Amino acid sequence: MAIGWYLVVSALIFCIGVAGVLSRRNPLVILLCLELMLNAANLALVAFARMWGGEDGQVFALIVMVVAACEVTVGLGLVVAIYRRHLPVDVDELNELHG
Amino acid sequence: MTATTFGWLILLCPLLGTIVIALGYNRLPARSAGWIATAAIAASFALSVAAFIALESKSPHHRQLTSTLWSYASTAGLDAKLSILVDPLSVFMSLVVSGVSALIHLYSVAYLSSDRGYSRYFSYLNFFVLSMLLLVLAGNFFLLIIGWAFVGAASYLLISFWYRRNTATRAGIKAFVINVVGDVGLVLGTFFIFKHTGTVDFLKTFKALPHVFGHNSPDLVAGSLLILVGAFAKSAQVPLHTWLPDAMEGPTPVSALIHAATMVTAGVYLIARLHPLFERATTAADVAAIGGCLTLLIAASIGLVVTDLKRVIAYSTMSQIGYMIMGVSVGAYSAGLFHLMTHAFFKALLFMAAGSLIGAMAGVQSLDRMGGFRRALPFTFGCFLVGGLALSGLPPFSGWLSKDDVIAFLDHRGGGFLILGIAGYLGALLTAIYTFRMIFRAFWGDPVPEAVELEHGHLAHAEVPRNPMTGEEEDTDVGFPGPQHHIAERDWPMKVAMGALALLAVIGGVVQIPGVDDAVSRFLDPSFADSKFVHVQVKTGPAWVGLLVGAAIAIIGISFAYRVWVAAPGSATAIQTRLVAVHRFLVNKWYFDELIDDLVVRPALWLGRFGESVLERIVIGSGVTGGTLGVVRAGSAAVRRAQTGFLRYYAALMVIGTFGVALYFLVSST
Amino acid sequence: MSQVLFFIAAIGALAGAIGVVTLRNPFYSVLALAFHLVCLAILFLLLRAEFVAAAQVVVYAGAVMVLYVFVVAYVGGGDELAGGSALRILGPMFAIALAVELCIAMLGSALKGITSKGAPYVLGFGTPGHIGRLFLTTYLFPFEIASVLLLVAAVGAVVLARRRRGLEEPDEQLLVRIRAPRPAYTGTMAEAAGTRVAETVPPPEAEAVGAASDSREEGGW
Repeated sequence: MAIGWYLVVSALIFCIGVAGVLSRRNPLVILLCLELMLNAANLALVAFARMWGGEDGQVFALIVMVVAACEVTVGLGLVVAIYRRHLPVDVDELNELHG
Repeated sequence: MTATTFGWLILLCPLLGTIVIALGYNRLPARSAGWIATAAIAASFALSVAAFIALESKSPHHRQLTSTLWSYASTAGLDAKLSILVDPLSVFMSLVVSGVSALIHLYSVAYLSSDRGYSRYFSYLNFFVLSMLLLVLAGNFFLLIIGWAFVGAASYLLISFWYRRNTATRAGIKAFVINVVGDVGLVLGTFFIFKHTGTVDFLKTFKALPHVFGHNSPDLVAGSLLILVGAFAKSAQVPLHTWLPDAMEGPTPVSALIHAATMVTAGVYLIARLHPLFERATTAADVAAIGGCLTLLIAASIGLVVTDLKRVIAYSTMSQIGYMIMGVSVGAYSAGLFHLMTHAFFKALLFMAAGSLIGAMAGVQSLDRMGGFRRALPFTFGCFLVGGLALSGLPPFSGWLSKDDVIAFLDHRGGGFLILGIAGYLGALLTAIYTFRMIFRAFWGDPVPEAVELEHGHLAHAEVPRNPMTGEEEDTDVGFPGPQHHIAERDWPMKVAMGALALLAVIGGVVQIPGVDDAVSRFLDPSFADSKFVHVQVKTGPAWVGLLVGAAIAIIGISFAYRVWVAAPGSATAIQTRLVAVHRFLVNKWYFDELIDDLVVRPALWLGRFGESVLERIVIGSGVTGGTLGVVRAGSAAVRRAQTGFLRYYAALMVIGTFGVALYFLVSST
Repeated sequence: MSQVLFFIAAIGALAGAIGVVTLRNPFYSVLALAFHLVCLAILFLLLRAEFVAAAQVVVYAGAVMVLYVFVVAYVGGGDELAGGSALRILGPMFAIALAVELCIAMLGSALKGITSKGAPYVLGFGTPGHIGRLFLTTYLFPFEIASVLLLVAAVGAVVLARRRRGLEEPDEQLLVRIRAPRPAYTGTMAEAAGTRVAETVPPPEAEAVGAASDSREEGGW
């Protein structure tokens, strides 16, 4: 398949992720959608790596995976902490950081 | 040592005196401040004499010497340097200033010996002498203005010396404000001149004058008139004269020094120094002469009715300075300055004697409560008499020769100046009358209780010290006069000072007797060598006629005063009841204070209040700062509404932003 | 053959993604994501990225998703809370707009390689050996930094989620801490915004200004 197909798929997955981040209220699900977006980026990177013929894109994708893992760790830690303090696990309720 | 070195040293002595006394006031032994100050000024006088001798040893064409210490600013166009000009005029002035100041310092040592602010007083007094010497020795407009301003400041400090006295502080402020008006005039006038000549140095300006200004050119006239404003303010001429009577709130030696002998003569010196300007701008010179003449008459008329002893002498000063201003504006430079010198002698003497009399009256200054002090205060009476006779112009006293020198010159020039001369004679008549009114009322008649006490050897003492003008109670702590009063008969410094001045008042005139010698003119000629009047000489004959007329007028005046106040007591009240409207007009000082109040003070106060309530509060407070504040607050509030705290909204904003940026690049790349 | 596989994997990935976004129960969303990850791994294989595909399955689907499962099991998540806002409609709309734009950008671009199948194959492309060599030579620094990042994340997670003493029982204390009146005039953000819960002390500014203006009326000459 031509590389363009992979890129289109990547764009679609990314936008589905965006839709999810914008419309879900459970922070866990929002983090999942964030993972979707990161994966879409990975797909694009690997596709371009194939296009150029160098493995740099794949290395980048691996690093992105590491970052995603760390971010998930910390994010889930936050959700657990919220849950532990008996606060509602809902991003619309957690709005104290306002101006 | 050259004359200019002496010039710098003349300035150094009072400067050191001020600094030493000011910084060491609580470390110096008690009462030594007065002696240090007197020694400093005496040294200045000795150095002035040395400068005089050094100057005389040079040929007449080389007697205008300048010396520069350093230059403040030599930017393009401005040559402001610290330079003095030692020439006959400045040496003459510094002799008079330092000589009379030294005697007044000596007098003050005794007069203020029980005052808590003794050291402060002498530090201020030395500072004043420094400023006055700086003014007369200045070699350029720049230093002149500095000396001018310092003198005003020293005057303010000394008038409100007894600072807890409400009337004194008000008088100090009044004097300072009017002096500032004069300062503004002086500075602006300097600018008008500088604009064309491009230099502030005196000698260079005078040399450049004929090339730059035509006769009576508008800028020159404007500049000279502005400088005249300065001179009039400092010399208390009409209409800027209202501060001088109030300035009598200061201690009597201060009145003697500043408001008789030195500061008020600064205006006369100014016109004499800048005579090339005034000779070219004859309009300004005429205005000056007319102003001097008006002051002469107005002040003399007010002096006839005033009842406060010091204020009579103050109005007399105003009047005599009118003579001097008239003299130097019409070209009688030596005559005007000669009168300045003799006036310094007898006016300072009169003030000192008045101080002694007020001491005997335990602080009371009103003529209504004085009388019959002839036997109680013989020495003071003698000094008053000498001073009064010199002031009235009776031969052979110095005042006779100097005053008639001025009037003779006016008559000699003729034309419109003849009217000024006749006004001068009229003023002389009034002078004799009010002077002897003062003397007869204070020393003739039945002795008042204070005099009786003094005759028995006991100096009168007020149980409760009071303000002489308003009568309110005071105490004798710092900020008010000290507890003891001093009279010349008991304190030798006062006696020595008054005696020296009395001697000078008697014999001071011998240096310029028409037909016999003209030491003053000869000495001052090099300073006025470029004047067109320098060769105008009044012939001996007309001069002696004038002198005789002057003597006759003095005798008429004194006898009139004798008749009214001594020979026929009660005639004074009779005259007053017949001319009650005139009397009221004169007692209210021709309503000048009220006029200035309505024309200047009230609008200024209104402007200030308007500025505060409208400009300050509404425009700036609510408008500018409040408006800016409001705008910032509104802006922040608007921006703050984007910080909702909802995570999804933030994410949405980010998405929209990304979309927008990508769209931009997409569109711009097509 | 590869084209068929591509379509299967692509549709699977998209289906998983849509599942993540739309399923109510977060547990089901996690499972949908795991499925999506596996499809993505197939796509990576099609792009000859063997090592990345393996890492995707082992690390991502294997470890990260398991972590998610644990947390979702702990936190629960129940059904989605009722209610919503305009973003429930606008969100997908923004997403669609973004998708359209991205597609236009990519397909309309002048990139030569878009329509090709990729560069000529080099033996060992995508193998662990090549990737490893790159990691240890050209990209050594990012490799080390990534390790540090992992350490930081681990420490952070421990710190965030640890149990603190005395905080479990009194819920009221917690909630009071959040809505408590803060001390006045200490410059908190809430104060600046004007949403501070009022204290009893009235502001001193109004009184001071009044006093100053009064004294100014008294002044005269």
